Amino acid sequence: MQQQKNLTNGPAAAAILSAGIGSMVLGLFTTLAEAIDSVKKALVFYNPVGPLSGKTTLAVVAWLVAWIILGSLWKNKQVGFTGVFAASLILIVLGLIGTFPPFFEMFSK
Amino acid sequence: MVITLRELWTVIHGMGLGSLFFLAFSGILVTLWSLHPERVAAAEQRIRQLGFAIWTTALILWATVITGTYTVYIWYRAKPPAGADLTEFPRSYLLASPDRAGWHTFGMEWKEHVAWLAPILVTAVAYIIVRYGTKLVEEDKIRKAVVVLFSIAFFAAAVAVIFGAFINKMAPIR
Repeated sequence: MQQQKNLTNGPAAAAILSAGIGSMVLGLFTTLAEAIDSVKKALVFYNPVGPLSGKTTLAVVAWLVAWIILGSLWKNKQVGFTGVFAASLILIVLGLIGTFPPFFEMFSK
Repeated sequence: MVITLRELWTVIHGMGLGSLFFLAFSGILVTLWSLHPERVAAAEQRIRQLGFAIWTTALILWATVITGTYTVYIWYRAKPPAGADLTEFPRSYLLASPDRAGWHTFGMEWKEHVAWLAPILVTAVAYIIVRYGTKLVEEDKIRKAVVVLFSIAFFAAAVAVIFGAFINKMAPIR
């Protein structure tokens, strides 16, 4: 309880921003896979699932790595939460756009 | 009354895990909104319940996307051998007709990707709720950010569940 009282906003900011990074990476690889054939092939981590296996694995890895790094950097820090949250929302929206078929199909060959 | 193993997995993935998330969502959102700084004492019990509910929800979402991607989706996208009955191969069956193709090119393509945003966002929300506990009541900005994140996760999950139900109606996995 005492620990919670002294808690800074850094850990929350790290969790939110890393979720934004993971979302954006999913959108990025979804669009890249559509635009570049070699990327699509490289993203087939598990053949029966196809490139979806690579896109989702890389998004989860990016999210967790970002969380570990930001979490340790901001562990006891008070950060500008509004700015971090705004950046996270932009990344999440980019993730939503990147995974929206009418958008990524514009890059389809 | 017979149900195949594939149909059973599809039911577990969509109707089971997907519906559980929908049920949990409204309860969690109402609890988050009801956390007021003037009611810190009452919030303690509520936060504990919320922590349990949100971690359960995060686990349900991870189970949903993993079972969806690594079981149901494999059956969905299987390539039919020459001369096969296409109704046994949902993706090919949908793409074979211009009237049905949109269910794959738009519906399934959207669902299979956007669904993965939900567990990532809900896990972040779960971590914050448990880490901050009753301090969340005083942290207005963080609490509101959590509500926004959770609502986006709901949208992503809703797209997946709704299209999943329609696609399984148009081209069931047998």
